[in-house]
Amino acid sequence: MSDATTNAMPGSLTASSPKKRLKVKGSVIVMTLYLLFLLLPIYWLLTMSLKTNTEILNEFTLWPHDFTLANYATILTDPSWYTGYINSIIYVTMNTAISLAVALPAAYAFSRYRFMGDNHLFFWLLTNRMAPPAVFALPFFQLYSSVGLFDTHIAVALAHCLFNVPLAVWILEGFMRGVPKEIDETAYIDGYSFGRFFVKIFTPLIASGIGVAAFFCFMFSWVELLLSRTLTTVDAKPISAIMTRTQGAAGIDWGVLAAAGVLTIVPGALVIYFVRNYIAKGFALGRV
Amino acid sequence: MDKTLNHKAWFLVLPVIVLVAFSAVIPLMTVVNYSVQDTFGNNQFFWVGLEWFEEMLHSERMWDALGRQLLFSAIILTIQIPLGIFVALNMPKSGFWSSFCLVMMSLPLLIPWNVVGTIWQIFGRVDIGLLGYTLDALGISYNYTQDIFAAWVTIIVMDVWHWTSLVALLAFAGLKSIPDAYYQAAKIDQASRWAIFRYIELPKMMGVLMIAILLRFMDSFMIYTEPFVVTGGGPGNATTLLSIDLVKMALGQFDLGPAAAFSIMYYLVILIISWVFYTVMTNLEKKEG
Repeated sequence: MSDATTNAMPGSLTASSPKKRLKVKGSVIVMTLYLLFLLLPIYWLLTMSLKTNTEILNEFTLWPHDFTLANYATILTDPSWYTGYINSIIYVTMNTAISLAVALPAAYAFSRYRFMGDNHLFFWLLTNRMAPPAVFALPFFQLYSSVGLFDTHIAVALAHCLFNVPLAVWILEGFMRGVPKEIDETAYIDGYSFGRFFVKIFTPLIASGIGVAAFFCFMFSWVELLLSRTLTTVDAKPISAIMTRTQGAAGIDWGVLAAAGVLTIVPGALVIYFVRNYIAKGFALGRV
Repeated sequence: MDKTLNHKAWFLVLPVIVLVAFSAVIPLMTVVNYSVQDTFGNNQFFWVGLEWFEEMLHSERMWDALGRQLLFSAIILTIQIPLGIFVALNMPKSGFWSSFCLVMMSLPLLIPWNVVGTIWQIFGRVDIGLLGYTLDALGISYNYTQDIFAAWVTIIVMDVWHWTSLVALLAFAGLKSIPDAYYQAAKIDQASRWAIFRYIELPKMMGVLMIAILLRFMDSFMIYTEPFVVTGGGPGNATTLLSIDLVKMALGQFDLGPAAAFSIMYYLVILIISWVFYTVMTNLEKKEG
């Protein structure tokens, strides 16, 4: 050991720099390969959405030779397609609003106070995030049918609260813990009531947390299919359920299917840059 | 942070409890109800006790599905966790390329699950998909709708594609929180790359890795949409995982009793395993903080 160190010492300056350059190169290769693996399938969906069905089925081309936007035009002009997007956006927005409204006070309570059964309650909330949607599909179907909410947007919004409310509570609690308690106490001494303090002082302090929680509620409600498909037939049918039925008499309309897929990726892709540093936090329920 | 004792905080939590009770407890009670009763239709129910549970415990169908599910989750964890750590170690630490990698890697996470299925369904097709076409051109026989092995490879590669980034992002967040002083100390000690990983990076990442394992276990154990879109549970029953089987039983055949008993056991398995993870996780957090 001592031999190796003495031998390495004099040459360490000159020896380390080529080694370092090699290491950097290695990681660049790894990342390039990995990103390529991630992006190729998405690229393929994108090119397909820009091809005509004849080109898709008859020639094998790596990029659209016969560039067309007809597939997108079909979706954006045909009500049976675009209402799917509207339905999805309606229930997702409802869900986000409900989840945040109930999660904000609860997260505040968890981050500031000890109370009877708080730890158990916190874990119980998490268990709902662990519940397989498949378990809830049938009982939800019956519950919402029996109260006359079947095939409405609010039914799907409430059903998605199952996993989004715990998620919002956990994320917000993580952000609120970072705000020092002295701020609350000072505000109370200054004569703020709880409501005014919460809206005027506390909410701006955790604005980014609220944004992140909203984003994740939106996302998880947007990507879910099983519950939203089970709870809807016509009026509130989400885009993801419409997509599973593109098979017509003449086979599958691949171009339109691909275009519909690309359009569902858009909301995520639009905001991805702003939430890039919070993705890990959101998925990990605020625990990072 | 020291929290004050205040039982009135219950009022702040009340809305959440009411809402979650409505959307989780009531449906769960219906499931429990069905699991101990049989019906002749017409809403006439009678008590059968634990018969459905016994039936399900002796049902080969459920054990097969459970076996496939455990195999799937095990493969997913053994591939994604090391691969995720490996990717995280190779990510640029700061600057433009770091942001670029973060954005690109997050992309699969934000795609609706059925679209993930659609993407791979198309990508793997021999006639129109890049992957299927290339494999076919190379002379490898690949057909995920007919061949069991190909179907499994497809859903596993799909899940690796979909979720490895999550593990990588979590591990990356863990790595970034390690102070530079640790690396400088390691440099002075002339620690090898492996020693740095084993004695500095891995212990520091343990907390986030536990979360990653918990999440990946939970989500892979209840996966439904993606394999359903790609293989529909086939060929035969080869990729019928627990959720797919349960939905078939409950909504397809409307076998309420068995499906309910199945649901409860399924939920309990997830709960128990997740509880173990959660306990380990919180203990780790306590030790650190």
